[in-house]
Amino acid sequence: MSLKALKANRLIDGEAVWLTEAGGWSDRVSAARTEGDAEGHATLEQIGVQATADSLVVNAELIDVEFRDGAPVPTKLKERIRALGPTVRLDLGKQSEPKSRLQEVA
Amino acid sequence: MYRYDEFDAQLVQERVAQFRGQVARRVAGEMTEDEFKPLRLMNGLYLQIHAYMLRVAIPYGTFNAPQMRKLAHIARVYDKGYGHFTTRQNIQYNWITLEQTPDILEELASVEMHAIQTSGNCIRNTTADPYAGAAVDEHEDPRIWAEIIRQWSSFHPEFSFLPRKFKIAVTGAENDRAAVRVHDIGLVIVRNDAGEVGFKVMVGGGQGRTPMIAKTIREFVPKDNLLSYLEAVLRVYNMLGRRDNKYKARIKILVHEVGVEEVTRLVEAEWEAMKQETSVDLPAEERDRIAAYFAPPAFEVLADTDTGFEARKFEDRDFRHWVRTNVKPHRQAGYAIVDISLKPTGGIPGDITADQMDAVADIAEAYAVDSEIRATYQQNLVLPHVRLQDLSAVYDRLVEVGLATGNIGLAGDIIACPGLDYCDLANARSIPVSQAISERFADLNRQYDIGPLEIKISGCINACGHHHVGHIGILGVDRKGEEHYQLTLGGRADDAAAIGKITGPGFSADGIVDAVETVVETYLTLRLDPAERFIDTLERLGFQPFKERLYGAKAA
Repeated sequence: MSLKALKANRLIDGEAVWLTEAGGWSDRVSAARTEGDAEGHATLEQIGVQATADSLVVNAELIDVEFRDGAPVPTKLKERIRALGPTVRLDLGKQSEPKSRLQEVA
Repeated sequence: MYRYDEFDAQLVQERVAQFRGQVARRVAGEMTEDEFKPLRLMNGLYLQIHAYMLRVAIPYGTFNAPQMRKLAHIARVYDKGYGHFTTRQNIQYNWITLEQTPDILEELASVEMHAIQTSGNCIRNTTADPYAGAAVDEHEDPRIWAEIIRQWSSFHPEFSFLPRKFKIAVTGAENDRAAVRVHDIGLVIVRNDAGEVGFKVMVGGGQGRTPMIAKTIREFVPKDNLLSYLEAVLRVYNMLGRRDNKYKARIKILVHEVGVEEVTRLVEAEWEAMKQETSVDLPAEERDRIAAYFAPPAFEVLADTDTGFEARKFEDRDFRHWVRTNVKPHRQAGYAIVDISLKPTGGIPGDITADQMDAVADIAEAYAVDSEIRATYQQNLVLPHVRLQDLSAVYDRLVEVGLATGNIGLAGDIIACPGLDYCDLANARSIPVSQAISERFADLNRQYDIGPLEIKISGCINACGHHHVGHIGILGVDRKGEEHYQLTLGGRADDAAAIGKITGPGFSADGIVDAVETVVETYLTLRLDPAERFIDTLERLGFQPFKERLYGAKAA
């Protein structure tokens, strides 16, 4: 069964965020909680439903990830773009932040 | 230009206050996203990959220097210093926050702008010929009617929850520069045999997953009866348009399934029945009041030519080339229409920085009559009324800010949607493909040799990049997790509108650029002479020679 993380957009500003191990929402996919079985996926989904109902986030969805250099990285291009920023404007989005914050998803 | 009256101003201000309250309630958790989403969409606010995206309406693509400055201000203060002009003559901001959106709408309202009718299943922002009021081939200014349609359609209670979005485009010219035949309703201002002015009405055009060319349902509607006729069309659509399947909900599907004859009969019957009601048609004095806003500006009486302009054309090759592609004849002697390309070599189609916006505003204020600016569906800008004697200065100022690329209508003037770099609906990136093609054809002399060529790229089947009507169309798809690009040829959005046809198997991201070049080189080999345009050669010879070059023996 594939490894998954829970992505969403923060309600207040639309920022792309991922559910963390600590139960918060991080703007770095490298901090995402991952689950590799059906029970874990269901748990993530349930947390997404609750966070949506609590008006913390919107568009909560599970995404496929894999571990690279010890941190989760999205496997699909769209989710990698979400994690980094537009491929045509490297000066924008999360990729424009200090490298230490991004080395895990590059 | 139209100026808000007290009702317009009140309407927009009330809408801002209303949305501010809705946002507050949403943030406080008093509304669910399901409840809030239609409300934010009615105010042009989408949620995309990286952030919220705000689409600001530019009714029929007409605005002015103060409004452009406000757009620059919004880009600088609320976004990341740039905006993106769209294929519907609007502008989008890609990095907007929900909590600041009411403030942005308030800023827009201060210059008579808003984001109403830029989303949702309503009658969207009406588009029009960007050369309106300036073109040599114009019968009558379409903006008068686009404005009348705007006033009629804004918050129309009967048409605020249509089966699907509804787009109307108007042209008043011989040559269609508004792509009216790929709109839900396309209107062409015509004269009948008696010399009266009215509208040819075409219905059921559109792109998306089921592209269709609009069918004519009436050759002539007297202009005084336009609104009642439009209302009859909308009523038929509202009653019979499908609501069970969003992919089959546009009026083009109704026209296709029921048949144009039956749709025509239903519209005519509804129109006839409406004559028993209080007429929605405007009284002549109200029509004249609105028309007065679009009266020709106080043009100076000037000679047909200008010595300084002619001298610079003779002496300066770059200026001469820019004039050749980006300057168009004007109906008024001594004036010209200036196209400002937002397609620099390797650039992002339609993107413009806040500083460039301010520069365009400055140029418009200094050299364009009434500081008027237009946005085009090709994602460029237009200064509709510039004196010939000022073209040299306008060019120099555009050069200073990187907006003087002389490629309007050529291979580098590519339409591209935001694609997967920004859009949550996209399946593939479009901007990098457009950039690569733009770089491949960077040599302007090569572009001039190739001649008129429309390349259009969409990152998904929704076709915001108009790929269906590109001479060369490119559609990005997701094939087993990889970006893949279908190639279509033969589309066009003009008077002879046509939907392009797929050439065959698609191409990889790298391969699509080579494929476009192969198509262009094939054309250059086969054209009768340099005067025969790409689209003419394609229509004369058909697809086969192009397919043979693209696919070799497999094409046979």
